[in-house]
Amino acid sequence: MAIIVTSNLSKKFKDLLAVDNVSLEVEEGECFGLLGPNGAGKTSLIRMITAVSPPLSGDIGVAGIDLRSHPRQVKAMLGIVPQIDNLDEDLTVLQNLTTFARYFGIPKAVAHTRGCELLRLLRLEEKSSGRIKELSGGMRRLLLIARGLVNQPRIAILDEPTVGLDPQTRHLVWQQLTELKAQGVTQLLCTQNMEEAAVLCDRVAVMHRGRILSLDSPQALIARHVGETVLEVAVTSANRERVVRELTTHGIDFLDVGNTVKVLGVNREQLPATLLGTAEELRLRPATLEDVFFRLTGKTLEGEEEE
Amino acid sequence: MFSWRFLRMWQRNRDVFLRLWHSEAPGTVIEPIIVLVAMGLGLGAYVGLVDGQDYIEFIVPGIICSYAMFSVFGECTYGTFFRMEERKTFDAIIATPLSVEDVIAGEIFWGATRSLMTGSAILLVALAFQQVDSWWTVLVPFLSLYHGVMFSSIAIFFTSLAPSFYTFNHVFTLFVTPMFFLSGVFFPLTEFPQLVQNLSWIAPLTPVVHLTRALFEGEFHFIHVVAAGYILLVTIFFFWLSLVLMRRRLTV
Ligand SMILES: Nc1ncnc2c1ncn2[C@@H]1O[C@H](COP(=O)(O)OP(=O)(O)O)[C@@H](O)[C@H]1O
Ligand SMILES: [Mg+2]
Repeated sequence: MAIIVTSNLSKKFKDLLAVDNVSLEVEEGECFGLLGPNGAGKTSLIRMITAVSPPLSGDIGVAGIDLRSHPRQVKAMLGIVPQIDNLDEDLTVLQNLTTFARYFGIPKAVAHTRGCELLRLLRLEEKSSGRIKELSGGMRRLLLIARGLVNQPRIAILDEPTVGLDPQTRHLVWQQLTELKAQGVTQLLCTQNMEEAAVLCDRVAVMHRGRILSLDSPQALIARHVGETVLEVAVTSANRERVVRELTTHGIDFLDVGNTVKVLGVNREQLPATLLGTAEELRLRPATLEDVFFRLTGKTLEGEEEE
Repeated sequence: MFSWRFLRMWQRNRDVFLRLWHSEAPGTVIEPIIVLVAMGLGLGAYVGLVDGQDYIEFIVPGIICSYAMFSVFGECTYGTFFRMEERKTFDAIIATPLSVEDVIAGEIFWGATRSLMTGSAILLVALAFQQVDSWWTVLVPFLSLYHGVMFSSIAIFFTSLAPSFYTFNHVFTLFVTPMFFLSGVFFPLTEFPQLVQNLSWIAPLTPVVHLTRALFEGEFHFIHVVAAGYILLVTIFFFWLSLVLMRRRLTV
């Protein structure tokens, strides 16, 4: 059953169409990823789904409830981890959780127990009575995640939850999110990190300039758009043109990423012999969502270059 | 419109206040005491009697309500703007079952609570300077709460339009401070030409000063009913306007 349904959802900021006619369905219990670079419209889209930003047009239903007419009921079901850090710096670490729980009408004793439990899970218990200013950037992000879970949401909406985290902390977060999914919590996860999307998400929507370009499981996206493997050919400005020409004449599919040419759907042996000699370096690796994104947009996930 | 959930926002502000009050609250009481001493006793020695009262007795009601107003304006302009723009606290809260209207109503009633606290604290101090003539004086804290809702609503109205902190310098120099001097706190309005007297009644501090003074004197006239009604109308108007403008500002 679809638990989040958006139909023809659009959002405009002045002349900029940040979200362009997006219709998607998130199934109950799945982890649904929105993958796209900075400015793709991910945050704008989920701000509408979390009822804090009115759409230009379109409808949103969450668990069968119309968001426009019942925003309070919808918000009560959601656990939100925003992209911007808006922790309450006037309160202590634990108070951030208990005060937030109070906004959801959770009784004080329950809020306290849950708050302590979440701090323990996210390894923040030592900071419990500390001030927000004493936390490192990574700890602040962990606390934001804890805060998003304090109401035991049916749906967790996470906007780039691991951005700026060191690898170890990122894995801690991934582990918690995997556990959350095992408990049946639906997740809507925005990310620019293709590894994160591949590791956590059952289905991924590739988003670019306000639009969903393709939507499927990570493996299916990769199979459909790039194939299983990618043979990376390092090229120089001197031989690049020739490599590209060779591939084209042999009818071999490739992506031209500047200083590398990503050859798709062939292994080393199938590469034209003439090319093997010219290429300075060859590397065969499994295809990733990054390749999918490049195929779909001609751009890398690191972001839009200025136009 | 807002719901009972505004209480959650009020509780949040109360908790922060209880944690930090010792660094903030004394300031709001020390200044009015200095003014009472300097103006009431110092200047009062030259002024002599006003309306048959010692000068300090004349200014006490006005000082109580104006400093209650100052604390409201501090809280609901700089304070609210800081929470809204610097800390993004409201953005976090409106993603919970609280609506923008709940959050803003919570801010307004918290501002009114500050008015109650400041008004009551100065009242206690003022009682040390003078005899209480009327038992009506016990209602001064309630009146502080009542006009606190009005001043909070007006302050939030300014905040909802403010592009930056600098805006509030203008709010204070062009609105708050002139009211302080022209609303009958330091001298009876009857010193003004009739036209200025009438204009002075537009400033919402004027009815507040008159009502507070009436409680101290225990004497009421029809003008005080008008004053109470006027405060109510201004409150309703700015309360509503603040909610509308803040919704527009916070849900982009
Ligand atoms: N409040 C806003 N006012 C104006 N433009 C905005 C606002 N929020 C986002 N945008 C613009 O909308 C586009 C999409 O932004 P956003 O949704 O934040 O993308 P993402 O989260 O994918 O990085 C960007 O071009 C951004 O500049
Ligand atoms: Mg974003």
